[in-house]
Amino acid sequence: MNCQEATLLIDSYADGELDAAGILELEKHLHDCPACALTFRNVQNLKKSLKQDSLFFTAPAELRQKLKAELRSQTESNRPFWTWNWFTAATTGVAVICLALLLPLALTRPSPQQQLAQEIVSSHIRSLMANHEMDVASSDQHTVKPWFDGKLDFSPPVKDLAAQGFPLIGGRLDYLDQRAVAALVFHRAKHVINVFIWPTTERDSKPAARASINGYHLIHWSQGGMTFWAVSDLNEKELMEFVQDFGTN
Amino acid sequence: MDERERLKSFEQTVLPHLDAAYNLARWLAGNDHDAQDVAQEACLRALKFFGSFRGDNARAWFLTIVRNTFYTWLRKNRPSENVVELGDEVLAIEDISVNAEILNSRLADTETIRRAIEELPVEFREIVILRGMEGFSYKEIAELADVPIGTVMSRLTRARRQLQKRLAGEFKPGAKP
Repeated sequence: MNCQEATLLIDSYADGELDAAGILELEKHLHDCPACALTFRNVQNLKKSLKQDSLFFTAPAELRQKLKAELRSQTESNRPFWTWNWFTAATTGVAVICLALLLPLALTRPSPQQQLAQEIVSSHIRSLMANHEMDVASSDQHTVKPWFDGKLDFSPPVKDLAAQGFPLIGGRLDYLDQRAVAALVFHRAKHVINVFIWPTTERDSKPAARASINGYHLIHWSQGGMTFWAVSDLNEKELMEFVQDFGTN
Repeated sequence: MDERERLKSFEQTVLPHLDAAYNLARWLAGNDHDAQDVAQEACLRALKFFGSFRGDNARAWFLTIVRNTFYTWLRKNRPSENVVELGDEVLAIEDISVNAEILNSRLADTETIRRAIEELPVEFREIVILRGMEGFSYKEIAELADVPIGTVMSRLTRARRQLQKRLAGEFKPGAKP
């Protein structure tokens, strides 16, 4: 591989988007070529700098209010005014037939695991929407961990991953799978990662991507009698990096 | 679906991504006022087309609408803005070197980075935001911007190189990015 070819691949490599054959060849070239190795380091530094919070623009409250009013007026103006007439009768008839046809479909319910995944995503979204990300706001694991004592019948593992680029922001009590669970909150730039933890009788399992629901990614694993679910709108690759860091530290 | 349920579902699926939408609109439009207009318009369009949303990635879907809304807005309001015609020509090797020491010192200052991004041509700015800040995969960006994945690769490379050159104070407008 020459420098010309390497130049075109360095960014894909830094982004984790290069295929295995390309990686092998490029790594060999980077090893031998200080100029391209420098270009690669420059790309990495740039990438890191673009992730800082202060570069993100947050939607102003003014915009949120305008939208809220706009959406409300839309539904009000569109709300149909029903009177009982032949049209309604006909529609009802059709609806009854459709329902009868759809009933078998409705009976095939999502698996418990799918339901749980959906529940976790909803919980994640709720925490963002209600601006209730955490009950205890601290980046200090020695503050967050004791906070859970007495509130839960188990002691969740808490660690700060600021050095890996995932600072711990705090913790929160949540309710999932019909029990109280611990939620740890981490940030990656503007992205929020929630990790839900509760005791389990499941055997240990390696982290595996479980589902993507509405653009949120979920990774699940079990370790030492605890079950873990990480959820975020962060891309799956970075979320997996986070999970690896969380699990191995 | 009942209108109120539809709105509730929309609020739960799409609105959590309003920050991402505004962030993209703000970087593309360059100021708060226009960004709010674009984000608001995009939101109403998203509501209108919400019935056709089938995918599992609401953020990518919403940002596609923000992007399209922005370009429609741009043509109408700033027809003179220079949307560079970006070919896929190969980068010349001498173009990519940049003084790493100066570059790294500039990367420490957020304001400098902000200005350098703002000065990028809009299509470079867009790809830097989508990849660098939003973390979309190349495939997602290709779908979002409706370009082949090879174009995403080369455009991102050229966008980052130009950004680095601008940061290091080595950018010459005449030269190829």
